[in-house]
Amino acid sequence: MTRHIRHAGFFCALLLVALLVNAARVQVVQAPEYDRNPANRRPDITRYERPRGDILVGGRPVTGSKDTREHLRFERTYADGPLYAPVTGFASQLYGTTLLENAEDGVLSGSDPMLAPFPLWNDFTRARSSGGHVVTTLDPAAQRAAFKGLAGLKGAVAAVEPATGRILALVSAPSYDPQPLSGNGTAAARAWARLTADEDRPMLNRAARQTYPPGSTFKVVTAAAALDAGVVTDLDAPTDSPDPYPLPGTRTRLKNAARGCADASLRKAFTLSCNTVFAKLGVEVGLRDMTATAHAFGFNNADLAIPFPVARSTFDTTLDRAQLALSSIGQYNTRATPLQMAMVAAAVANGGQVREPYLVERTTRPGGSVLATAGSRGVRQAMYPSTAVRLRALMREVVEEGTGRRAAIRGAKVGGKTGTAQHGLGNSGMPYAWFVSWAQGARDLTPSVAVAVVVEDAEEERRDISGGGDAAPIARAVMEAVLKSRDRAPGS
Amino acid sequence: MSKAGITVATADPPASAVRRLPRRRGVELALIVLAVLLSVYGYCAVGLARHGTLPPGAAGYGAGLGVLALLAHLAVRLRAPYADPLLLPIGVLLNGLGLVLIYRLDLETPGDRAAPAQLVWSTLGVALFILVVLLLRDHRVLQRYTYVCVVAALVLLTLPILFPAVNGARIWIRVAGFSIQPGEFAKVLLAVFFAAYLAANRSALAFTGRRVWRLQLPTGRVLGPIVAVWLVSVGVLILEHDLGTSLLFFGLFVVLLYVATGRTGWIAVGLLLAALGAVAVGRLEPHVHGRIETWLHPFASIEAGEGANQLAQSLFAFAEGGLLGTGLGLGHSVLIGFAVKSDFILATAGEELGLAGLSAVFLLYGLLVERGFRAGLDLREPFGRLLAVGLASLVALQVFVIAGGVTGLIPLTGMAMPFLAQGGSSVVTNWAIVALLLRVSDSARRQYDGQDPR
Repeated sequence: MTRHIRHAGFFCALLLVALLVNAARVQVVQAPEYDRNPANRRPDITRYERPRGDILVGGRPVTGSKDTREHLRFERTYADGPLYAPVTGFASQLYGTTLLENAEDGVLSGSDPMLAPFPLWNDFTRARSSGGHVVTTLDPAAQRAAFKGLAGLKGAVAAVEPATGRILALVSAPSYDPQPLSGNGTAAARAWARLTADEDRPMLNRAARQTYPPGSTFKVVTAAAALDAGVVTDLDAPTDSPDPYPLPGTRTRLKNAARGCADASLRKAFTLSCNTVFAKLGVEVGLRDMTATAHAFGFNNADLAIPFPVARSTFDTTLDRAQLALSSIGQYNTRATPLQMAMVAAAVANGGQVREPYLVERTTRPGGSVLATAGSRGVRQAMYPSTAVRLRALMREVVEEGTGRRAAIRGAKVGGKTGTAQHGLGNSGMPYAWFVSWAQGARDLTPSVAVAVVVEDAEEERRDISGGGDAAPIARAVMEAVLKSRDRAPGS
Repeated sequence: MSKAGITVATADPPASAVRRLPRRRGVELALIVLAVLLSVYGYCAVGLARHGTLPPGAAGYGAGLGVLALLAHLAVRLRAPYADPLLLPIGVLLNGLGLVLIYRLDLETPGDRAAPAQLVWSTLGVALFILVVLLLRDHRVLQRYTYVCVVAALVLLTLPILFPAVNGARIWIRVAGFSIQPGEFAKVLLAVFFAAYLAANRSALAFTGRRVWRLQLPTGRVLGPIVAVWLVSVGVLILEHDLGTSLLFFGLFVVLLYVATGRTGWIAVGLLLAALGAVAVGRLEPHVHGRIETWLHPFASIEAGEGANQLAQSLFAFAEGGLLGTGLGLGHSVLIGFAVKSDFILATAGEELGLAGLSAVFLLYGLLVERGFRAGLDLREPFGRLLAVGLASLVALQVFVIAGGVTGLIPLTGMAMPFLAQGGSSVVTNWAIVALLLRVSDSARRQYDGQDPR
């Protein structure tokens, strides 16, 4: 009997070993796979267990967190939802995150390993850091001015600081309140259904994620290329251009909206926004140099992130001469985001240097100590400094006596360029009104703000000055706001 | 040389002198203190993790558990002084850990507090333990009640059929607001019956009957009653939809039959019957069929878009635990939902204590079973041996069936994790098992006391 008891005992030991081996299989070998299973709610629970870090504008948080006491405990709240939605994006328990909430999710949610007190500390203790904060470069006054200017319209505003690339305003209209999307209930699902079905696409960030034909505002780029290439040496010399201008190799004749463009000087052509002159200049500069200049301004760069990715602005690189002529006046396949056009204005204002734009000044730990700063960003020389000086003069003339008079600010130097872009089949759509500009305060050494404004479906006749009518006042309001807040806090 | 040898021999105590066995009650007391301290530590860890403060009832909980354990220890000291010193501390530690886990899960389900009731049941369990140790002076007394035991067991098993089914199984009876699972008590009674019956008839079972090829078949006269009992109990359990208990009884029956007769043929017959039964039940019972499907494809419901089922949630909990666990109070095993405090209690242990803690719990059970087998080996009379082996196997099989079920090793069958799981009947029964094992181990070691070990 003793032998058989031992056998039975051995059998029980076998059962124990089976349990231990199986436990190791589940808990160690297959654990990563189980952890990744979409039905496993633990990652979500951990993620929403503590308040999400905040996004700060002008030193004050524009986001918050609400304790719901539910399984997924903390929900995102927004202090000024529609105003900052094109910057913050949303952070939803159902639909994920977008824009800054997405790009800085690691810091905001606390999963960024840099937030841990020591390397690998959180892996060891299984603790999760509290969310850090994201400090933006936005100027709340400029943002508000742009938002107010676009109220009731469809369009976008992007404003940057030329010397640094800091984004001062990024507004898209119509906007939306991201807060109803935060939760995980039926209310969030309803809000999502409503927003995604809206024909005006309020969740689209038109300032950075939508491209438009830039129209006449692209003439800034063409002028820079012509001056840099030596095609034009004297701003006041006649350019030997016919009106209308026959597109090379075709029978199509390009016309102007303004009169007096035949054989006009570059100065006059810029002020009047002559299509014929700039189409001809583009062809004379040639595809290679036009492309190089466009690239230097930031066109065709698919990798720009501020830190969320910006839509690629395009300047086609395989063109015949007729297409090049059209592309040089911002039509054909030329497309730009408002942010890209703000960079163009900023390059002129900044002596020809293009600063890569950015939206995050720094990220901080929950306590406020700095985690990472924007640091030095890439710089490109888009044109000779001398060209920039001449272009600045041309742009000032547009505001002082040309199509952009409504952008003038008393006591400040303002330069700008209007644009009307036609689009749709046979140019049947309502035109887009553009205005790009920069402003330099009376006491400033360099321009402190560059703005691009686009208004869709401009309610005006198809005249080139519509950019000056619809978009210029908005640009002026934004520039004024920036100049004013700089006066209040000099040196910042 | 030889002279020196003689002097040494005379210097020794006389060879005929009795040798006293160490009783090791001090060891037991020290281990009990350790077990109580570990439980209180776990209780405090839950409070600290959840609220950052010590839970208010920590002192009371510790004192209560400590007093219970001390009373049990005193009873052992008084009436079973030679008993194995590991059995009682293991029981105290597992019961204490179970209370901690249930208290911890109560925090997630504020509307359903189970820990206080479990503490009351644990008190009853320890009281029964003390009663058994005090009143049952010799386990051989139980042999007199062989048939009383089997009748009582059958009555207890049949009783719940008269009561409404709860969650698909007719295994509960409700008396004055208490749910009692009589099948739990029946386990011990059946173990006693099997042990007594097999001890009395083992020679007949082993050596008579026809021989077919290499199998020695027992005569129908001996085999009849035991197969009848087995059939009735299994039949009743299938009527009650409680597959786990049925599996448990069958396993116990086969193990004891093998130990009693030493015939490997019994194992072959047992496995054959088990396989037939499993296939038949798996085919015929949709309930059981579903369990097997779930076991084979735990994530099928997720792929079907119906969310994770209980087994999948249980696996997620174990996986989250990893090597070292999330820490007590910091896991999310409550996602398992229904039965998280009873059948799936091990998932909480696995998630919050990790593979390390889970292995420790398994090894505690392993040690408990090993001490039972050890007592069985040390005894000389067959009833005590079979009783010890039967009770130890009962624990081993039950742990395997439920732990294997919730970790996806075998199809899941509802059953209580001994000592850990919420469930009054189970706790009381397990304390009775520990008391009987203790009594048997006391007899096993007492017989050597005062004797020449040679």
